Amino acid sequence: MDTSKVANSNTTTAATAKKPSRAAAAATWADERLGLAGMAKKNLRKVFPDHWSFMLGEIALWSFVVLLLTGVFLTLWFTPSMGEVQYNGTYEQLRGIHMSEAFASTLRISFDVRGGLLMRQMHHWAAMLFVASMMVHLLRVFFTGAYRKPRELNWVIGSLLLLLGTLEGFTGYSLPDDLLSGTGIRAADGFIKASPVVGSYMSFFLFGGEFPGESIIPRLYTIHVLLIPGLLLALIAAHMLLLVYHKHTQWPGPGRTEKNVVGYPMLPVYAAKAGGFFFIVFGVTAFLGGLLSINPVWKYGPYDPSKVTAGSQPDWYMGWPDGALRIMPGIETHLWGYTISWNVMLPILVLPIAAFAFVMMLPFIDAWITGDKREHHLLERPRNAPTRTALMVALMTMYGLFWIAGGNDIIAIKLHSSINAITYFLRGAVFIGPVIAFIITRRWCISLQRKDNDTLLHGYETGIIMRSAEGGYSERHLPLPGTRAYTLTARERDPALNGGPNGHGTDANGVPAPGTGRLAGFQHRVRTLWWADNVQKPTVAELEEGHHHAEHEHELQESTDGHAADGHQFDGHHLVEDETLRGH
Amino acid sequence: MSTPPIDQAHDAGHDEPVDENLPARDDLFANPGLEEHHWRPTDVDPKAEKRAERQVAALFALSALCTIGLLVAYVTIDSDDTVGDLGAQNLAFGLLLAGALLGIGIGIIQWARKLMADVEMVEYRHSAASSEEDRAATVQALADGLEESGIGRRPLVRNSLLGAVGLLGLPAIVFLRDLGPTNAQVVKNPPFIGSGLEHTVWKKGMRVVRDVVGTPIKASDLQIGDLVNAEPEALFNGGEDGEPLEGVALQVAKSKGAVVVVRMQPDEITPGKGRENWTVDGIICYSKICTHVGCPISLYERTTHHLLCPCHQSTFDLADSARVVFGPAARPLPQLALEVDSEGYLTAQADFDEPVGPSYWERG
Repeated sequence: MDTSKVANSNTTTAATAKKPSRAAAAATWADERLGLAGMAKKNLRKVFPDHWSFMLGEIALWSFVVLLLTGVFLTLWFTPSMGEVQYNGTYEQLRGIHMSEAFASTLRISFDVRGGLLMRQMHHWAAMLFVASMMVHLLRVFFTGAYRKPRELNWVIGSLLLLLGTLEGFTGYSLPDDLLSGTGIRAADGFIKASPVVGSYMSFFLFGGEFPGESIIPRLYTIHVLLIPGLLLALIAAHMLLLVYHKHTQWPGPGRTEKNVVGYPMLPVYAAKAGGFFFIVFGVTAFLGGLLSINPVWKYGPYDPSKVTAGSQPDWYMGWPDGALRIMPGIETHLWGYTISWNVMLPILVLPIAAFAFVMMLPFIDAWITGDKREHHLLERPRNAPTRTALMVALMTMYGLFWIAGGNDIIAIKLHSSINAITYFLRGAVFIGPVIAFIITRRWCISLQRKDNDTLLHGYETGIIMRSAEGGYSERHLPLPGTRAYTLTARERDPALNGGPNGHGTDANGVPAPGTGRLAGFQHRVRTLWWADNVQKPTVAELEEGHHHAEHEHELQESTDGHAADGHQFDGHHLVEDETLRGH
Repeated sequence: MSTPPIDQAHDAGHDEPVDENLPARDDLFANPGLEEHHWRPTDVDPKAEKRAERQVAALFALSALCTIGLLVAYVTIDSDDTVGDLGAQNLAFGLLLAGALLGIGIGIIQWARKLMADVEMVEYRHSAASSEEDRAATVQALADGLEESGIGRRPLVRNSLLGAVGLLGLPAIVFLRDLGPTNAQVVKNPPFIGSGLEHTVWKKGMRVVRDVVGTPIKASDLQIGDLVNAEPEALFNGGEDGEPLEGVALQVAKSKGAVVVVRMQPDEITPGKGRENWTVDGIICYSKICTHVGCPISLYERTTHHLLCPCHQSTFDLADSARVVFGPAARPLPQLALEVDSEGYLTAQADFDEPVGPSYWERG
């Protein structure tokens, strides 16, 4: 290629300043006072690998920034008080109605502060985006195995961020003190009261006396604007620092190994892309806030403990425990004058805490099962860890079914079906569905592994149908280009499990057999399940045999080589231009 | 299929030295190395480069225009202007702000993709752990520090310190005590009428009145199949000098006192034990507060006498002491004993005989 005309943006050597530039002067001034050059020299050109899925966490980060900006705006007018006032603002339908100052100031922000409604709606949309992108980011990290050593602690921090983000969302949408959010707080009071022994005490302390009291809104406000955002900021900082320290994971590929990281430097490309992306996330929330109404509290009216709207539902991320609460059978135990509300406690207090604890423990559970204590920086394709992938799909299925249960009334209305039938079905489905999803996903992954091996051994399908002299038809296969074959096989073999469950030495791969503890047998069984039936990449011998076979086929098809439809127009061996294809 | 040892380095095609601490892959194919860099049109064609430059600048200019438009919209659009069903103000602010932000965002990314260097760089990783020497030195420093502090040798000092610091956790919890009174305190020293989980504002002779308007209900005015959302009369005259309740007192009273009154054929009712005279001519009254987690219940199906909670779909049979027929609630709705006063209006015989609303530990 003629590179003499290459623009000056791409050079093979680092740019050297001819004379001290203004940037250099500023850097010198700062370094003489802060001494950051030592650290900055490594990090200014830090390399970040590129892949679309690495952007998901970034959406969460930037939506958090949007939340901070719009949130500060809202605090300038919001009055976190349950003091009763008579509304006399511009929204006619509610004029003369008694309501809390919190609700009245929310109406003021929505109708009388220019841009106030936009900021409220952007704040709510950004909150949705924040929680949703954290969830999808979590799935990406899990499905690709990025949570493995040394990143287990960052996984734990990320899980805490999701938990705190969810609580932050709940405290936030409760603040306007409208009928819907008040109903949510009413239910939350019921959840708290269901705690054994201390329930009524916790409820009375939280509400400053009997529900609803006049303290809950100011207290939620402090939690929402100070306590949780502070924790979120600290944890996000720790999450980012660890990301920088560990260096980002990358997909295997040509030149990409466990020992390096390949990508663009922080300055300028990655900084520009990430900085530009902040404006895009910000812009998208502005677009959503301008165009799509969200949480129109004026339609719900102020909170009234004797009123409720049909189809009361929390924000979507609170939907799954609410669904569990809906389909739980009404079991309550009365013992020696005390009440244990299993029907509330199990689905809403025990289940979410247990689920979060399980998610947080996943990296450690994985390490315990596999006995893998090595560092991992190359990502794995979901198909190449079938049991892990199936485990998360099973969890997602359970989440989805609980979430559907959270909308069982809406579904019954829309589908004209019996809410009782839907509920009974879901009671079973939340247990059976994940098992089915697990089995299907696992087998599906294993099939995809087989397909990869087929492609490696017998080449890829060209779409060219050959007709033999005898009149038989066959599809032409061609060997994969070198880089693709390399990428496809750049994965580890699963260890074979010859070691017995009783700790007799090591297995064929040198992996120590599980210890002799009480759990050893269980560990061995789980470990066997973890890798059982996985398809390993071909061996050198198998590959050679496959190639030999392919060469033979090539000889048979030699007569077509070089012609328009030999299949090589698809892999870049020659262009299809200026050739007649299919008679045109 | 044979499975070679996973710890054995088989480092085909790698130039770097093998680090025993890192996993090795048995590469079937030699690592082809980084893919060749392809020049972009903007690298080799000055025209394309200029075009990209103009695109980026145009996006920034678009952003600036949107910002100016946003400022103009701020001062020109009235809050009651509309575009179709949408408020013009919010729509204009949102779209113009989005344009201003997206112009900058897309512009910067276009700049990065088309004009900034796009040569991939390689950086080497290091193990997350520190070097052996560093770690040994740190462990040594830690050991020295601990040794010099004598924390291991002086258990009396150590344990008394741990005890003292641990004890400080108590005030951190105890000082939250005044967040609110307990249920027992509220019962003993009621801030409002009907305070405490076991009580409501209902009492003997209190009229059952329609919610919102507060008019009393004449038993003879109710038709069979009617459901009335009702409240205790105290909400409308329980304050000082017969004024309506206000603020917290009103909210607490409402959150426990709200009831539903329904009329059905008297022979359809299966009265609960000891509740034979709690109804008036087929008029029966229950707490409106769900026994599950406390939502007010509102959806009544008159043919089946079923009342459904819109929050979690607990369903109660009002003809049969509000027994739970479906859903997650465990207890029937508390029933309010009714009678009529001398003028024929519905009144309560007494307060509820059990706590209304969600269950709690001491409820029994």
